Order: sequence, then C-alpha cells, then structure tokens
Amino acid sequence: MKFSEAWLREFVNPDLSTRELVDQLTMAGLEVDSFEPVAAEFDKVVVGEILEVNAHPDADRLVVCRVSSGPEEHQVVCGAPNARAGIRVPFALVGAVFPDLKIKKARLRGVESHGMLCSERELGLGDNHEGLMELPPDAPVGEDLRSCLGLDDSIIEVDLTPNRSDCLSMIGLARETGLINRLDVNEPARPRIEPAIEETFPVELAADAACPRFVGRVIRNINQQARTPLWMKEKLRRAGLRSIDPVVDVTNYVMLELGQPLHAYDLEKLHGKILVRQSEAGEKLTLLDGNQIETLDKTLLITDDSGPIGLAGVMGGLSTSVTENTRHIFLEGAFFDPTAIAGRARSYGMSTDAAHRFERGVDWRVQVHAIERATELLTEIAAGEPGPVTETVDEARLPVARVVELRASRIARVLGVQIEDAEVDEILARLAFPATTLDEEGEHKWLVSAPSHRFDIAIEADLVEEISRIYGYNRLPTRTPAARLPMVPRSESEISLNRIKDQLVSRGYFEAVTYSFVDAAMQSVLDPENEPIGLTNPLSAEMSVMRTTIWAGLLKSLIYNLNRQQNRVRLFETGLCFFQRSNRKHLGFDDIRQVRKLAGIACGPRQSENWSNDSEPVDFYDIKGDLESLLAMTGQSDTFDLITASHPALHPGQSAAIRKNNEVIGFSGLLDPGIQRDYGIRYPVYLFEIEIDPISHKKVAKSEAMSRFPRVRRDIAIIVDQIVTASALRQCIQAAADDTLQNLKLFDVYQGKGIDPAGKSIALGLTFQHASRTLTDDEINHSMARIVASLEAEFGASLRN
Amino acid sequence: MSELRDIAQKALEAVAAANSAAALDDVRVRYLGRKGELTGLLKGLGKLPTEERPAAGAEINKAKDSLLAAISERKASLDSAAISEQLASETIDVTLPGRNGDTGAMHPVTQVLRRMEDFFISVGYTIIEGPEIEDDYHNFEALNLPTHHPARAMHDTFYLNPELLLRTHTSPVQVRVMESQPPPIRIICPGRVYRVDPPDPSHLPMFHQVEGLVVDRDISFADLKGTVIEFLRVFFEKEDLRVRFRPSYFPFTEPSAEVDVQCVRCDGEGCRVCGHTGWLEVMGSGMVHPRVLEYSGIDSERYTGFAFGMGPDRLAMLRYNVDDLRHYLDNDLRFLQQFR
Repeated sequence: MKFSEAWLREFVNPDLSTRELVDQLTMAGLEVDSFEPVAAEFDKVVVGEILEVNAHPDADRLVVCRVSSGPEEHQVVCGAPNARAGIRVPFALVGAVFPDLKIKKARLRGVESHGMLCSERELGLGDNHEGLMELPPDAPVGEDLRSCLGLDDSIIEVDLTPNRSDCLSMIGLARETGLINRLDVNEPARPRIEPAIEETFPVELAADAACPRFVGRVIRNINQQARTPLWMKEKLRRAGLRSIDPVVDVTNYVMLELGQPLHAYDLEKLHGKILVRQSEAGEKLTLLDGNQIETLDKTLLITDDSGPIGLAGVMGGLSTSVTENTRHIFLEGAFFDPTAIAGRARSYGMSTDAAHRFERGVDWRVQVHAIERATELLTEIAAGEPGPVTETVDEARLPVARVVELRASRIARVLGVQIEDAEVDEILARLAFPATTLDEEGEHKWLVSAPSHRFDIAIEADLVEEISRIYGYNRLPTRTPAARLPMVPRSESEISLNRIKDQLVSRGYFEAVTYSFVDAAMQSVLDPENEPIGLTNPLSAEMSVMRTTIWAGLLKSLIYNLNRQQNRVRLFETGLCFFQRSNRKHLGFDDIRQVRKLAGIACGPRQSENWSNDSEPVDFYDIKGDLESLLAMTGQSDTFDLITASHPALHPGQSAAIRKNNEVIGFSGLLDPGIQRDYGIRYPVYLFEIEIDPISHKKVAKSEAMSRFPRVRRDIAIIVDQIVTASALRQCIQAAADDTLQNLKLFDVYQGKGIDPAGKSIALGLTFQHASRTLTDDEINHSMARIVASLEAEFGASLRN
Repeated sequence: MSELRDIAQKALEAVAAANSAAALDDVRVRYLGRKGELTGLLKGLGKLPTEERPAAGAEINKAKDSLLAAISERKASLDSAAISEQLASETIDVTLPGRNGDTGAMHPVTQVLRRMEDFFISVGYTIIEGPEIEDDYHNFEALNLPTHHPARAMHDTFYLNPELLLRTHTSPVQVRVMESQPPPIRIICPGRVYRVDPPDPSHLPMFHQVEGLVVDRDISFADLKGTVIEFLRVFFEKEDLRVRFRPSYFPFTEPSAEVDVQCVRCDGEGCRVCGHTGWLEVMGSGMVHPRVLEYSGIDSERYTGFAFGMGPDRLAMLRYNVDDLRHYLDNDLRFLQQFR
C-alpha cells in the first residue's frame, strides 16, 4: 500500500523524520518497501497564470508569454505546445533553483525571458514532459507551488503481510503509528448527514454469512461535472490512484481513509431490488472494465431484477456503472466475509483493491461510518440530495466479537521471559484491545476482546505475537538452547553423498545445478521410454516437464560451455528424477517415484592441454574408470558390473548398463552420434547416470591374514574372437582356477598385424599364491594348463607365440 | 734409489692423469699389481745387501703408501665428478606443470549448504531431505495455509495437477518429520524449491532452501534468537555481526520474524547490495504455530518449537560476491572454476 506521509501525519504526527518514521514502521512489522519525496527539491516556483501568448518573431516552435506571478507580470519564452492564455501553470521565477538548474534571465532567439514555465517532469512530480503542467483554474496565482500542492511530502510504500489488512487504510496506519509512539490518533468526528429526501432502495441478503451487512444510500442530483478538489486528487495520486470523477474519487478516497471499499451504482440503471446471493455456474456478467465473465459455482454476486450486476467485493458490473452523465446514485458499503471473497478474484484472473481488502478482512463495523463519510465528501464536492442510510443486516450472522484468553504463563513459555503484568496491561491498552484480568487456578489471565478491525486476532498465539511485537523482538532475551545431546548414531556402512561428490571433484569434474524441469523435446530424445510428468503452468516449453534423466540439463550446460570456447568439459549433478509409477490419468502422490540420481558428462581431451600428456579425446574407459572409482568406495566392486546393453540416447556399440547384483541401476556410454549432430556438438560426448542409493552402502572392512609365502606370476597371451568380452574371459578363468589364483590382470589388448582380422590378442597376468606354503612349479603349471584348456574349450582360444 | 724416485714420480703423474675409474685401476695394476713396478722393486730388495735392506724397504713402502693415498684420493674425486655429471644429466625443469592435475569443484550453493549443515550437525541436528513433488496438504494445508489463503499468493506455485505441485518451500519436510516422529525434534531440511518466477538477476524459478525445526519442551523465542544469531555469526565469521528481528507474518509460525544482518558488504554503512539500508534480510523464522503442531499430532500445550528458513543461493551470493543468481544455473566453467 502506497500513501502520502503528510496524510498520515494529519491523523498522528510523531516527532520523527521521514526516515525515522519509515524505520519505525518496518520494525513494527509493516515493512516499508520504498519511500520517496513527491517532488524534486526546488524553490521559488509559484502558481503563474498565462495572460497572453504571442508568436516568437524568430522561432516557429517558441511562443512569448505574458505571465502573472500575482504582484508582477513577466515575459517568458516557452516551447510547450499547450501554452495558452488563461491557464495556471507552475512558474519558476528568476533565481529559482532546481537540482541541476538555476533559472536566470535569458535571451531566447533574441527575445528576453524571465523565468520558466514547468512540466511535471521538470518538477519531479511525474513523467509527463509533453507540455506544461496545468493547475486547477482556482489555484491562487502567486502562491508558492510547494505549499499550494503540498509538495513537502513523501510517498511511502508498505509491503503489508496478509494478516494486517487493518493497515490497508490511513486510519489503520495511523492507529499503528500512534500505538508505537504512544500518541493519540486524531480520528475525525464521525459525520451524520441528515437525509434531504426520503428515498431508499430495497436490498435483500440471501448469502448467509457471506454478506451479513449491506449499507446503502440513495443520493440524487449529483453534479458529476464538479471538480475533485486538488487536495483529494493529490492524496489519491500519491496513493497510486488516478482521479476520474467525483463519485469514483470519493469512493476511492473513503476506501483509502477507512479501509472500506465502496461501490456506487447509477440509480437509474438499477432494476427492482438488489439481491446478494451465491452464483450458479454459467451466469453472465460484463464487468466495469469491459471484461465479460461467466460465473463459476459459488461466487458471491450482487444482482438486481435484471440479473448479476457485480462480483461482490471484487468489481461492479458495467450495466449499472456510474458515468460522467450519472445524476443519481445508490451507494453500497457492504461487509463480505473474507472466506466468501478469498481467491475469487484470482479464479477470474483479476486482482482489485476491493478484493485485496475483503479477502484479508475489512472492519465489519465500519460500513455505516464509511457511507456517511462518503456522503459528506460527495455532497461537499458535487452537491446532491442524500436519502436516509439503510442498513440491511443479518445480526446473527455477523462475525462475533472474539474474546481470547491470554495466560501469563504462556507468554513466558513462548517468549522465554516473564513480561510484567503491568506491561502486558499497558501493551493491550495501547493496542486498544479491551481486556479484563482474572486469576484462576494460580494463573494470571487476560480475557481480551479482539477489535472488529483485527481479523488476525483469534487465538492466544495471536495475542502472544502482538505482545512480543509491541514489547520489541530485540528486547526479548537470547539464549542458546540447552539440549540433551545424545550422540547421533551413524552407520559406518553409509557412504555420504558428499563423499561421492568429492570423489568426482578430485577426478576433475565440476558440480553443476540444472533445472528439474526440462525441455519436453530434449527429454523425449534422451528418454523416449518414460512418459515425463508435465507441469500445468510451466514458464516456457523449455521448462515444461519433470526430468527423468539429469542428462537433459547436463547436455544443455555442455552446449552452453562449448559455445563459449571451452573444449574440455567434465560436469556432474546429483538430484531427483521423477517417474510415473502408473498410467493413471490423475496422478496421486503415491503414483510418483522420485529417485535420487547422479549423472556425469565428459567431452573433449582426456587431460587438459599439457606439455607431456596424451591429447587423446576422452573415451568410454575414462568415464568407466570414474564410475569404477565410485563403485570401489563401496568395498564390494564385485557386486557391480557393466554389461553391453542398448539405450535410446547412446551409441549402440558403446553403451552399457550398470548393474548391482544383476539389477540395472544406471547407464553409461557414448551419446548417440545422431543426437550429437542434431544438437550441433562437434565432439563425442560420454555420459553416465546411476541411482545414488545402491552406491551409498559400503562393506565395513574385515581384515584377513596376508600370506608370508612367495607369489608367482605367469603371463600368457591368447587369441580369441573379437566378440569375446573381457568379463567372459575373467569369469571363465575364475571358474577354472582354484583359490591360489590371487590376482588376474588384463594388461594388453591387440588387434592388427599378425592377428586374424576377426580375432584379438589378449595378454593376461595371473598371480598365484598359497596362504600357508610355497607353491611348486608343478602346481602352478597344472593350474595354468587347466585354465588354458578351459579358455580353449569355451572360446576356442589359442595361445599366442 | 733414483730408480724408486722416478717410478714414484711417474706413478703419481699417472694417477693424476687417470680420467676414469678404469684408467686409475690400470695405474694401480701397473705399479702396485703383482707384476707392478713398485712391487718389482720390493721383490728386488732381496738382491740388496742385508744392511741396506731395511732402509730401502722403508723407502719403497713409503712410496707405495703415498701412491695408494693418491689413488684413493683420485678415485674419490673421479666418483664425485661422475655423480655430478649424472646429476647434471638428470636435471629437469621443475617448473613445468605436473600431470593429471585437473581438479573440479563443488557448486557454490553446495559449498554454502555444506557449511550450514556442518554447523547444525555439530550441535546435534539431523539432516533430512524430502520429496520435491509434494501434495497440497503437506505444502500448504498442514502448514496452516488453507485453500484461498491470501498468503498463498506469496507462493506462486508450479502445479502438476490440482493436488500435486512442486514444493514452494522445504517446510513440508518438517510436516512429514513431525507426523512420523515424536519430539524432541531438531532437524535441518535442505533442498530445491520452486516458484513461478522467470529467471532474472535476483529470481530463479528453482532455488534452494534450508529449513530448521526444533520442537521440544520449553523451546522459546529466546532459543530461536540464540540459535539464529549464533549461526549467522559463525556463518559470516564475524563475532560481533549485528542481527535484528523484525515482526513479520508466516502462516506456520507465530510470532514470526524476518531476520536481518548488518550488511556484510558495507558493514552496515549502506551500499548498493543492502539498498542503502545497512541491513540484509537473510531468513524468516518464528515459533511453530500451535495449529501446525496440532495438524501433525503434537500437543501444543506440552511442546513448543521454533522454525527458520533461509536461502543458500542468496547467502552464497553474499559470501562469494556473486551478482546474478542465473550464474548458478548456467554452469559456465569459468564461473564454477572460481569455487575450487
């Protein structure tokens, strides 16, 4: 809410600078977003009247004006298109000083000019620089502009939290300012405007608690052509509202002053009687702003015999709206229950000042006062003959004045300090919360009545909050919580995510963070087999579905970096991926699987450019090595394996499923060259992705005795068919060997000259050792023979000479 | 004896001239070997008259000793020259870069998260994570934010369908913990959260939050203040960091407070970062609303609690001088490399 500081000071005027006032409001929980002076710093600017305008002898765009400053007349050269005789405008006299300008006598194209006529922008009052700022015709010529317009003022904008709807009005802000400063608020006397005519307009309430009070008044013979006075226009403008006509301005003004939104109907356009009721779905209504809506079920409507004429508490209808030609009006000041209005404006894609107030809560006792105040202002400005105030009320359904119990012990318990009873009494008094005290069961209590403008006071906690707020949060004590501190059990078999991340970082990867919602197209290219979960209100198509794979984000980040001349990229990310468990149309929470995953991407040379290292591009075995280094941390590498398996995003010849105990937990491989080309990536891209949970458990180590006897190593090279995999060879050898085979290393793979083109040579190093004695040559020869025979039988392997 | 002098003289010259261990050995053999010249002189002693023998023998032995000493000295000098030569030939340029030194880095937000987690773990908190796709009940309803509550407007929410949404804060994790575990509770819930906000320098549709919750007997606002102030001082490594609590409103806490710290860029003098106020808003906090406790089945008369929530993205901005939140999601290596 935006408001004029000077207006607030009409109600309560603490001896504080603007900055101090603003800080005080912020510290009271009414956070000030901004404050700025309403006008630039300047002086010697007065109300001037243009008496005569003559053409400039030597310039088409300039005119020569004779301007009155009250006591004197001046010749001023001016270039504004709207300069004309008879208007009153801001007139900077010779000697006037602006922030970056000093007005001096000047000659413009040979004609003397004494002073300057000003636009809004030149005065720092607005952005308008199209022409001179036109003042009202009754602005007193010669008066200092600052005092005439009340320019020694600031516009303060408070960002009110939803519980403080009572401060969406000047009177509310004044109460708050008064209570902080222990000052009384000058509430203007409540006017009672005697009816000049007898006429009333019938109102019927049929919406139960949604609208238990509707105050109305007929006012006839209003002069809509009357001018809204400058002081009102300025207050409205400083609150961010434009002046329209007397009726609209007055209703807005009263809303700002008292917080009660009012509505005026053109009496001649109303039919029969007003009926307040809930809508049925599909009723049609054209609103003030020209929007046509079709009602949803259960929207509170104002209707007359013609049908809906307004969305209650949100916006009036066009058919009964007040125009410049309106002469007779019916004023409405109703109380709508917050729950009846909450969310309604939003559900029609609207937001209005009225709805903002009603859905947060408007003082349910202020309606008559608001109508009287509006009548007072309107009849002053635009004449009119008011009828009597009519109040249609369903007393039984009005909100009940709540009485809330507040225990001294609860204050102490929640705040950690015993606030003196007398101080609580004083705070309640300052808040103007009527309270009685009683002592019951050894407990001191207050029975506090919540005022009708404080919708946020319903339970004891609300009072504790008010007490602490006024007492001052920063006066409250501070203590380090004492706690029983049992040691938190921590499983040694758990590998923390941090440990996993650290491992990748030490292997040269950078951690990335990418959006959990991704481009639907990219998602379907990378994981066509999983139907992603879509957002109903995405920010853009590139952020429209929940990822099932982190690759989508990493690939985007890779491209971002390649486009910025990076040639070696290693990134990883951890986070949730989202899957539908079922194909149900309407997914529930339990139909969604949220899986923690870790993914990596590698592109560019194996090592960053160096004087000695190989500059080979990264290949499958590099990222497999990175993965194996993670798997090794589990102490049970043997439960994991990578097997040939296809994946829609990967090269069919370079793609592997990562398994734990034969269950697939991830994939790794080369990005499919077709996809790579489609995304314009010049270099091969290697990827891996693995579920985190299966790699987060390690075997707690159990040391075994180490043999004291010599190890013997035998190396052999065998020739096998190219399709024979290393893991098949390993399995075959392990099956054929006994437990003296301690280690098996595959240390060379060779294809090419001297080898059958369909075959490959594999060199193996086998290490034998016995736990309790030295192995003999015979024993080892025997083992080797068995292994070779087995390889021969299973793969047709031959020893290479 | 002039013969002895000649031989000794020549031998010493040969030692001096020997340029290698082998040449030196040749010299030794030539003079001191079995058929060596000095050895020969010794052998010839027998031919001398008996009375001359001792003197001659002593002379020859003296020459022999000095030759042996010369050889040994020469050998040492040759050895040391050889080592020097080897060392010289093995000298490398130690200023060339080492191999395989590529080290990556943790994302700055992770670094801040870890730092925060460590402080809280050290005083007995447990880290709990939760789902990012949440249901309306846990994200709003159970936190005292019923449908149409005006405060929901502060949470511009991504929806998957009318009941499912992307969590707008990590508070639903607290609800899940309170539902499943009796007090005492002391937890920290870090994680990703989502709001419908197009990316700009100070907004992201996906960011992080760390929420803390303590529920126990006799937990008061004083405990909240103490915890928050202590944390902020250790986090910013400034013992006298000024912290203030400002009344605010969150549906799930009451009393609620925004927490401001003295601007860490200008020390409270006022600068662009703090909007010339000298203060930075760093977290929201408050005493758990009794209704929230009751929703999760905790007796609000027996137990009280406090909760706080803060944004590691913003804290990382302050800590590491990051000027635009979008850097966090671009993953530009030039940016990430700054956090090694």
